[in-house]
Amino acid sequence: MSTFTSTEREKFRLSMLLNDRRYRSYTFQFFALLVLICIISYLGKNLVENLAKAGLNISYGFLEDPAGYDINQRLIEYNSQSSHLRAAMVGILNTLLVAVLGCITATVLGVTAGILRLSNNWIVAKLMAIYVEIFRNVPILIWILIISSIFMGVLPQPRAFKGENPDATMLWDMFAFTGRGIYAPGPIFFEGSLVVVGTFVLSILSIIALRRHARRKLYSEGRVIKTGWWSIALFFIPTILIYYALGSPIGLEYPELKGFNFKGGIYARGSLISLWFALSIYTGAFIAEVVRAGIQSVDKGQTEAAAALGLRNNFIMNLVILPQALRVIIPPMISFYLNITKNSSLALAVGYMDITGTLGGITLNQTGRAIEAVLLLMLFYLVISLSISAVMNIYNRSIMLKER
Amino acid sequence: MKKTVFFGALTAAGLVAGLASAGTLEDVKARGTLNCGVSTGVPGFAEPDANGKWQGFDIAVCRAVAAAVLGDNNAIEFVPTTGKTRFTSLASGEIDMLARNTTWTLSRDVDLKFDFVGVNYYDGQGFMVKASTGITSASSPEIDGVTVCIQTGTTSELNLSDHFRSIGMSYEPLPVESGSEAVANYMAGTCDMFTTDRSALAARRATQEVPTDHVVLPEIISKEPLGPLVRHGDNEWGDVVRWTLNALITAEEFGVTAANAEKLSAGTENAEINRLLGSEGTMGEMLGLDADWAKRAIMSEGNYGEIFEANIGADTIIGLPRGVNAMWTNGGLIYSPPFR
Repeated sequence: MSTFTSTEREKFRLSMLLNDRRYRSYTFQFFALLVLICIISYLGKNLVENLAKAGLNISYGFLEDPAGYDINQRLIEYNSQSSHLRAAMVGILNTLLVAVLGCITATVLGVTAGILRLSNNWIVAKLMAIYVEIFRNVPILIWILIISSIFMGVLPQPRAFKGENPDATMLWDMFAFTGRGIYAPGPIFFEGSLVVVGTFVLSILSIIALRRHARRKLYSEGRVIKTGWWSIALFFIPTILIYYALGSPIGLEYPELKGFNFKGGIYARGSLISLWFALSIYTGAFIAEVVRAGIQSVDKGQTEAAAALGLRNNFIMNLVILPQALRVIIPPMISFYLNITKNSSLALAVGYMDITGTLGGITLNQTGRAIEAVLLLMLFYLVISLSISAVMNIYNRSIMLKER
Repeated sequence: MKKTVFFGALTAAGLVAGLASAGTLEDVKARGTLNCGVSTGVPGFAEPDANGKWQGFDIAVCRAVAAAVLGDNNAIEFVPTTGKTRFTSLASGEIDMLARNTTWTLSRDVDLKFDFVGVNYYDGQGFMVKASTGITSASSPEIDGVTVCIQTGTTSELNLSDHFRSIGMSYEPLPVESGSEAVANYMAGTCDMFTTDRSALAARRATQEVPTDHVVLPEIISKEPLGPLVRHGDNEWGDVVRWTLNALITAEEFGVTAANAEKLSAGTENAEINRLLGSEGTMGEMLGLDADWAKRAIMSEGNYGEIFEANIGADTIIGLPRGVNAMWTNGGLIYSPPFR
């Protein structure tokens, strides 16, 4: 066995690199690669030389220096004495926050609008068509600015809530809608709150297990187990029991007007809300069209067959049409999610401090390290976009048509 | 994908850096126009008037340089820059000089590789609030938790943070891209306070419907020497801009105005005036210009004092007093090295 290659094969000669089809393509590719390396190293050398001539050197040392500026929305501990790197992290988290929120609401909006656009109700269908056409045909930056200025101009400022006869009042003394943002009650955790949260997580897990069990029974034995009431009971009862058994360890903190602003509770800034809302309705309009196309791509015979089996309308949609439509819908959805993430870099238009605002904005300005900061920014968006694609591709593979 | 984008950016950066190396004075003369970076609009300092012609205190410096170098104070391409884009524009060679309320700091001078040629306005950062809030001081406990509009990419951002740290109070920054956006937010009430250089605050206050509804607080939290700047390393060009500014200041000191410069240039008893206006010595030649350079610069919009009074002085709507920006002979800080 080990000898047959050497005896049967022709001996390798140098001229075969050009004359033999087996090797020729490798030769060409090798030279093409050499040329490419030369061009790239020439450009790189050119850059380094020119930067040196202009007195600029590439260095990332500035990331360790104190940033010196404050950021309003911080998901992690940060103050003006933290490093530029920390400021970049704050920005990254803000970008991810608005991207995740945007993806969720855009999907909900888009799927709803897409399905409703196919409704038999003329008014609903036309309203959805108008929504889609208006929102996807105006640039997103304009939407961000419009929504932000409406938000700023229409809602009262915190000052209006002051005094004996205030111009504005809080909703149920819990929610304050101001031009600066929306204030809502927030939870405060006392001792023992971990047990309550743990119980809640356990109930959710058991609901999932119960549903999975019911599905297995349905597939293997054809028995239908009703899970609806059980799920609802599991969701509420254990958590509520533990909550009162431990003496209400989780309280609510209401926002209160102190000085210039409301304090306490949860504060969603106007900048976050404007950006989030604009990203959602804009991308939602695109998603609606893809969902509509996906549904229409499922053959009409499928609906008729399902109806002939006696399925009700919502079952037809959920069990027959959507699973097949998803195969068409998911691949374009990946690029919509990528678009939301990348469009979130328009945040500075409303003063939302995302990564472009911190690292690519203030840090870049204060340190003057433009090339370094922009390279880091590119790397960040690249990593995030590729991760989203990877996750969505895995999901796509799981719902793809499986050939048996 | 990653590689292509990366090297694309490197190439672009390499090309840009390559453009910036020739002598700026020759470039400007050959081009026939001066590319002057200005702000996107601060009343009194730099703003296009009703006819679209740029006017203002900073603009006058551009015009003086264009008059000195090219003999025409309209041979200027004004490039509006924001707080974010100004340094990149200058470093990349898109503009020849930047005359845009920019604070002279060590890191900008040394680390960003620029040369500040002088100071044309000594400023300090202040705060403006609505009179209805009743605030009278920017360091009293009552301002705790205040929302402050701040133009991003400026030294004000860092000063603001330092100020609130030193008085130990909390605040919420509301970063905006431009001064006019900050004013829009301030007027809508999205922020309670607006902070920037006091000269700009005065300008903004003056252009509001009812200026007395707004108060500029007494605190000055920083030194903000504002002046024109050029790229580091091109000293011939830096000298031209520096001495054009000095010529305007010297002109005020010796009473040379736009009106009498022509007459005085015939020769006077005062040797300094003669050297300034070119009837004595070879000052212009040393700078690579002709003998009449300073006369043209002064005749463009007047001397320093005339420019000040015409654009931002007590008789304009901005109404700024000379204050520390008075001539050194009047107890101010405006001072030019001698023309000798």
